[in-house]
Amino acid sequence: KKRDEFEDILEERRQSSDLRYAMKCYTPVIYKGLSACKPSAIKNSVLQSEQVQYVIKQLSKEMGESADIIQEEATEILDEMGHNLHIGAIRFFAFSLSKIFKRLFQRVCVNEEGIQKLQQAIQEHPVVLLPSHRSYIDFLMLSYLLYTYDLALPVIAAGMDFLGMKIVGELLRRSGAFFMRRSFGGNRLYWAVFAEYVKTMLRNGYAPIEFFLEGTRSRTSKTLTPKFGLLSIVMEPFFKREVFDTYLVPISISYERILEESLYAYELLGVPKPKESTSGLLKARKILSDNFGSIHVYFGQPVSLRTLASGRINRCPYNLVPRHLPQRLSEDIQEFVTDVAYKMELLQIENMVLSPWVLIASVLLQNLPAIDFDVLVEKTLWLKGITQVFGGFFEWPDNLCANKAVTSSLALHTNIVSLVNGQVVLNDMGIEDGATEELIFKQALSILMCGAYRNQLLNVFVRPSLVAVALQMTQSFRKEEIYNCFNFLRNMFSDEFIFFPGIALKDFEEGCFLLTKCDVIQVTPQEILVTEKGNSAASFLAAMFRPFMEGYQIICRYLSKETKETFTEKQFILGIRNFAFQLLETGSTQCYEVLSSDLQKNALAAFVRLNVMKKMKITSGLTYTVNKEALSKTEEMFESQIPKRKLVTARL
Amino acid sequence: RQEILKWNGWGYNDSKFIFNKKGQAEFTGKRYRLSGMVLPILKEWMEKTLGASLEHKITSRTSLNISDVPPSIVNEEFLQDLRATKISYSREAEDRVFRAHGHCLHEILVLREGMFKRIPDIVVWPDCHDDVVKIVELASKHNLCIIPFGGGTSVSSALECPADERRTIVSLDTSQMNRILWIDERNLTAHIEAGIIGQDLERQLGESGYCTGHEPDSMEFSSLGGWVATRASGMKKNIYGNIEDLVVHIKMVTPRGVIEKGCQVPRMSTGPDIHHFIMGSEGTLGVVTEVTIKIRPTPEYQKYGSVVFPNFERGVACLREIAKQRCAPASIRLVDNAQFQFGHALKPQVASIFTSFLDGLKKFYITKFKGFDPNELCVATLLFEGDREKVLQHEKQVYDIAAKFGGLAAGEDNGQRGYMLTFVIAYLRDLGLDYYVIGESFETSVPWDRVIDLCRNVKERIVRECKEKGVQFAPFSTCRVTQTYDAGACVYFYFAFNYRGISDPIHVYEQIETAAREEILANGGSLSHHHGVGKLRKQWMKESISDVGLGMLKSVKAYVDPNNIFGNRNLL
Ligand SMILES: Cc1cc2nc3c(=O)[nH]c(=O)nc-3n(C[C@H](O)[C@H](O)[C@H](O)COP(=O)(O)OP(=O)(O)OC[C@H]3O[C@@H](n4cnc5c(N)ncnc54)[C@H](O)[C@@H]3O)c2cc1C
Repeated sequence: KKRDEFEDILEERRQSSDLRYAMKCYTPVIYKGLSACKPSAIKNSVLQSEQVQYVIKQLSKEMGESADIIQEEATEILDEMGHNLHIGAIRFFAFSLSKIFKRLFQRVCVNEEGIQKLQQAIQEHPVVLLPSHRSYIDFLMLSYLLYTYDLALPVIAAGMDFLGMKIVGELLRRSGAFFMRRSFGGNRLYWAVFAEYVKTMLRNGYAPIEFFLEGTRSRTSKTLTPKFGLLSIVMEPFFKREVFDTYLVPISISYERILEESLYAYELLGVPKPKESTSGLLKARKILSDNFGSIHVYFGQPVSLRTLASGRINRCPYNLVPRHLPQRLSEDIQEFVTDVAYKMELLQIENMVLSPWVLIASVLLQNLPAIDFDVLVEKTLWLKGITQVFGGFFEWPDNLCANKAVTSSLALHTNIVSLVNGQVVLNDMGIEDGATEELIFKQALSILMCGAYRNQLLNVFVRPSLVAVALQMTQSFRKEEIYNCFNFLRNMFSDEFIFFPGIALKDFEEGCFLLTKCDVIQVTPQEILVTEKGNSAASFLAAMFRPFMEGYQIICRYLSKETKETFTEKQFILGIRNFAFQLLETGSTQCYEVLSSDLQKNALAAFVRLNVMKKMKITSGLTYTVNKEALSKTEEMFESQIPKRKLVTARL
Repeated sequence: RQEILKWNGWGYNDSKFIFNKKGQAEFTGKRYRLSGMVLPILKEWMEKTLGASLEHKITSRTSLNISDVPPSIVNEEFLQDLRATKISYSREAEDRVFRAHGHCLHEILVLREGMFKRIPDIVVWPDCHDDVVKIVELASKHNLCIIPFGGGTSVSSALECPADERRTIVSLDTSQMNRILWIDERNLTAHIEAGIIGQDLERQLGESGYCTGHEPDSMEFSSLGGWVATRASGMKKNIYGNIEDLVVHIKMVTPRGVIEKGCQVPRMSTGPDIHHFIMGSEGTLGVVTEVTIKIRPTPEYQKYGSVVFPNFERGVACLREIAKQRCAPASIRLVDNAQFQFGHALKPQVASIFTSFLDGLKKFYITKFKGFDPNELCVATLLFEGDREKVLQHEKQVYDIAAKFGGLAAGEDNGQRGYMLTFVIAYLRDLGLDYYVIGESFETSVPWDRVIDLCRNVKERIVRECKEKGVQFAPFSTCRVTQTYDAGACVYFYFAFNYRGISDPIHVYEQIETAAREEILANGGSLSHHHGVGKLRKQWMKESISDVGLGMLKSVKAYVDPNNIFGNRNLL
């Protein structure tokens, strides 16, 4: 697969005046059908729209409240939400972000071809930007880039928790961000105003809309399963043919070192996250104002929604009801939205740049507590080869020798690893004695931080790796049996990794194909055989996913011991945490990652989805019960892997 | 009549667009106001808009190649029976080819450079209702296929013979049934034979001081029976109504017998209206032979008018308001900017009523003072009818509304010119065909709130499809709103493109037409407002009227015509 070249935009920033850059003439290209209007006019047209007025009338009828009062409320919502493009604020940001980015990052690399395509797209049809979400930097960076390339600044659907940050919040708003509440499930007025606001922006082609499919920053660096609400809002104008087409632009933002890395690890371990207050962010910046390496931003090919929808959408539902009435999405539209969301995330994943450090982290985690530097270099190179076969995307200049690459990676991540006497050691892991809770916590922190980098590889590896795991678990040659096991795993982990819905067989075949391509297996019509040479690779690939295998098993074991009839999510997480700490203390497991609340929540979702657990709504919230029978079946499926026999090797 | 009409194009032999020796476009003949005039800007428009060039000309054959024509196969017993009825008939190749088609693009292209796979074997000219009864009886007896033929202006492939029809195909030409049988001045109705052609009908009624007011753009050539059979719509429906509002009584000969109502009343509640099985039946159930239709005294006064709007959106909003206030003039049409510019290109050299308002002062006024963008503005043409005083009053009301939407009165001449153009515009396609330009029109009806979106999306879709299919010059893709209703509007599209460099233009053309129709349906538009379904749009019938709806129509067909004598296979 051919990918675009990158250009470092900081290079120019280091050579010319930031002030002049911030004051440059800024005349972005605009949508050809744009009817220019002020933010206040947009607000007004949202408020007066049939859609919002309809809901206001409905609510007024239902609650016996006067329509004026509800209208008032709608205005307030709109004010709280509304963006406000202010060139002054933009220039202020352009200036200060230049300073900050130059201090934090070595390079900010962008594929300029992608920018050109985006520029083209903006003129043709309304555009929706869909970046990956790993850091608060994401949307600052995107706006910064668009400004740099003289493109229209996006309006961003960002979480309301920014509003707590007084100055930054206001500045963000003035630079185009708008805000949505994190949750407004029940509030119909909020939903109506919000949806109409987004759609008005889109229909007018006022500016690109930007939001995060993942909904929130991924704390684990794994792509989170998509949220569909915003996506279905931005798709609606096309469904109703209010616009001819809409471009969806997947954007992959990869960080060599994530600003919030340790913060995330704390969060995953259940240390409550500091409220996102301005001073907090500033302090964080101060502490972390060391080197964060490079950022790569890859603007994917704009995807035409019309092309995606062709032949898939039955138009009838939208023809038979006035378009301003709120309408439940039909099943096939819901399915379509889901598919598009997954497709976009897969495109994000495809264009994520992987750093050498990601390979190092993966190797290191299989060689704890320490590994010989030379061996590490060798294995890193080996893994790089495989990753490339699997379609992984590296920015690794041909002439950069592995030794150097590894050395500079280690230098960048001294908070996680250190080089001691020719040995690369994961910090806090060397200490042998006294498995106290505090030590375990420290070790878990290191492992989760390191894991977050390994995780960047997982979505590239998941298909072939799960085939390798299935081979290991079934101890069989028979393709069918292996496929069944693969399918079980794919189902189990579909909250953990990104699988396009409903194509298990295709995923399996792709996994097999990739393993064949790097000579790990041989496939015949009926059988799958691991080659002699491929044995170690297969083990490595399977082991990459061991934390998840073991983590889920531990949770199974915990659940089978659980005596309470019903419990809440909080109780569940607390229970597992205690259980896992015990296991780690006694040394009966090394699976620190089971402490990650992300893994715990995904497992919970998976178990509910697979009917191992049942979710019930009661007045005080959600509770769960365990279906013991289904649980023991699932346990069995997992257990078949143990005892760990050697992989069957084909005699060749 | 056949003698004075083109055999391979639209309209009268003597009327056509040509490029004269000086390389200027000219419209020949004497029939129309545009006839004999030179149109200096047309050439440039064709070059600029369509990338056509005078150097690249196709010369199509000048006459029919008789040897290509499929033979006439008619069994002798039927011929004997037919002769006994004294009904005139013909098996000449020219007569049969003339009735083998309507005026879809692909049909005209076949005439110019190919031959139909199947054409009628015989043409019959019944003289009256009873003749039709005899022909239908004979057809049933000998198991033949009848295809009624009115004016031949169909644009839905309705007249095309199914290629795999094995039976003898009889083209039943209604042109000899063209008398006004009586006029009832007390009830203001007239009883008329179905073969009468629109312009003859209006002329003859006019002699008695009446009119029907039904004026489809094809009225020079289309027939009363054809209107009923296709559910036609006339330009002045705002005053007179569409065909379904106009008919009071219909007589139709079917293989089961004659169907008609027992009285001639304005309305009745006797179950579903059987007229609605007949109207739009497209020749699949029987032959409409006689129709009682409403007539009106010829209006005392007619006045044209026009309004310029800054853009299409404002224009549509204005039409919507006029429809809301139910004060639409006899006709009101809104053309988009591209069509407005096209109209400009048809401006003749001689300064007369044709002076365009884009000229001189007015242009200056509109673009400079009112800030209208010449590439955005669009124009509505109006036709008022009635007694003088009321017309003037009505006119003021409409212009007042228009002013609220930024509309600027732009004179009578422009209005009149606009309507005149609709009659000659059909001739233009033949000119295009000589220069690698193919074009077609199609129409739909759509709720008011979707008019703008539909127009924009369909035009854009055409442009996009052309690009994707390798059409090298951007197509001419334009629309106008031609009718207003309480709940929506009728929209009419033209599109044309230059096919130089494309190996299979007709296939590409068909794909684009299909895509455009898909787009219309996806935008909440109908399959057809007045052209009908024929065979061209059959594929979307199910989705248009549901499975059960289709089943209902099929069961009517099965009862009325169990042996499929009327086997043109339209509609179902
Ligand atoms: C340039 C142009 C402009 C047009 N403008 C309009 C317009 O403004 N409004 C509009 O409604 N249409 C318009 N049309 C379409 C066409 O003129 C109409 O469909 C018209 O009603 C067809 O009448 P016809 O007599 O030409 O019928 P034909 O074309 O001869 O036949 C049409 C169909 O009706 C059947 N049929 C004809 N006569 C009878 C009969 N006596 N009994 C039973 N079945 C019969 C035929 O079998 C065939 O299926 C236009 C077409 C062209 C080419």
